[in-house]
Amino acid sequence: MSTLRARELIINIPGRADGFALNMNVEPGQIWGVLGPNGAGKTTLLHTLAGLLPARSGQVVLNDSPLKEFKRRDIARQLGLVFQERQDTFPATVMETALIGRHPWLSPWESEQGEDQALAEQALTALDVDGLSGRLLNTLSGGERQRVAIATLMTQNPDIWLLDEPTNHLDLHHQVKVMNLLRNQAESGKAVFMCLHDLNMAARWCSHVLLLYTNGDACWGATESMLVPEALERLYNQRLISLEKDGLSVFVPAQ
Amino acid sequence: MALAAMMLALAMGSVTIPLPDLWQVIQGDGSALHRTLVWELRLPRAIAAFATGGLLAVAGALMQVLLRNPLADPYILGLSGGAAVGALLAMLAGMGALLVSGSAFAGAMLATMLVFGLAHGTGSWTPSRLLLTGVVVASGWGAVITLMLAITPSYKLPGMLYWLMGDVSYARTPWPAFVVLVVSIMLIMPLARNLNVLARGPMQAAALGVSVRPLEWAVYLLASLLTATAVTTAGSIGFVGLIVPHMLRLVLGNDQRIILPASVLAGGTLLVLADTLARTVIAPEQLPVGVITALLGVPMFLYLLHRSR
Repeated sequence: MSTLRARELIINIPGRADGFALNMNVEPGQIWGVLGPNGAGKTTLLHTLAGLLPARSGQVVLNDSPLKEFKRRDIARQLGLVFQERQDTFPATVMETALIGRHPWLSPWESEQGEDQALAEQALTALDVDGLSGRLLNTLSGGERQRVAIATLMTQNPDIWLLDEPTNHLDLHHQVKVMNLLRNQAESGKAVFMCLHDLNMAARWCSHVLLLYTNGDACWGATESMLVPEALERLYNQRLISLEKDGLSVFVPAQ
Repeated sequence: MALAAMMLALAMGSVTIPLPDLWQVIQGDGSALHRTLVWELRLPRAIAAFATGGLLAVAGALMQVLLRNPLADPYILGLSGGAAVGALLAMLAGMGALLVSGSAFAGAMLATMLVFGLAHGTGSWTPSRLLLTGVVVASGWGAVITLMLAITPSYKLPGMLYWLMGDVSYARTPWPAFVVLVVSIMLIMPLARNLNVLARGPMQAAALGVSVRPLEWAVYLLASLLTATAVTTAGSIGFVGLIVPHMLRLVLGNDQRIILPASVLAGGTLLVLADTLARTVIAPEQLPVGVITALLGVPMFLYLLHRSR
């Protein structure tokens, strides 16, 4: 079980004032949703939390030590990331792609064993792409590729899951399936932290929400306290209609 | 395949040795002429060709992963240009073969450092920046080579042109290339899975626990050393480094743990065959082997490119 902490963290968005420093703990069992308009720095925040980008100031703390003090391999055993954009210059099959998630767990001379194979198969099955395992990645649809990327993270099996818009390109059924999968992972002790564009998904599945404003302001807390229409309208600069149905809030943009 | 090609290389030449006789020579018998031909002329040459082909193919495979560009070859960063300028300078000064080789190696390493330093200058080190720097520096070397050829007295030209086209007969001894090949394969194999991850992009690789920067440096320097050794052994032989990894990827997929050793075998075999052809087509005259690999390589590459659309 690992905890990821932001301490006085200011992410480095070129040309933007410092804004509001982040102080938050992403604990096991929690599901965080980051909401904000395009360009607010959601992806930059995710990359900074993963130690892939330097912060402007403050630090990211993994358990009790600053992230900077870890080796990349040790970070990768505890923290994994699904990117919004992926590079596939070279052809690779779905199975090869999922197995790459085992990389931080294997020593240089080791190759993937039956156990790694089983983990990858399990992950591909959980995301309904097990039937595609022999297919080349570049022959898949966008939604299928997205699910393979999530299966790769599942195969990596870190304690902390960072995901950049995990429901991108997914059909409704698989959006729900992925969100339920993330909830199951959180219930088994993982910490989940993801960027989202869908307010209703955040309302339904996230335990915590971080609102990231274009000017660098930020606020965070438990979901029900954060998802108030006024704050969201200011966030997106867009009028909203909010409805109640069976105790669930539903947000729809007004014209 | 590789063994068969070696046998063929030993048997073929201005004097053809029938296979039964070759077998006798390998067992230590056979006529004195055949023994000399095989042990002192053809075997060292075949080993040199094999090692050079293997070096080039592995260097090409590494460069393609490093630059995330399947069209990269070992010379793409201008290394052969530096080596050629070094070698031609030595020839111009009338130095012996050993000094020509040494000078070529120095030129290759100088070219490597130059591109590395320039591309690395301000700290950012993206494949596209490295590629652009390399290509521009390479065309600079090209201009220097043309200039040197233009001012060279004509009796020295054939030797220089042969060197530029690549020719295994320059190989005095095959062992340095062979040793470098074996040692570097042993160094690179534990990194092969890291390279698989690196092929997915530097960010993804870092997220999966690869120390991207040190790995890229190591790959760049190793690939340069391999290429420099190959160029020193046999001049700049084109297309082996581009074609061989490319073909292997089409057949075997992109797992570097398979591609790298397969590159050694396939690159080596291809060059042994090409060199055997070069020696025999218009025997007793010899063609530079670079001509054969290019003649084979150009149509093969165009075909692959066409098919991949």
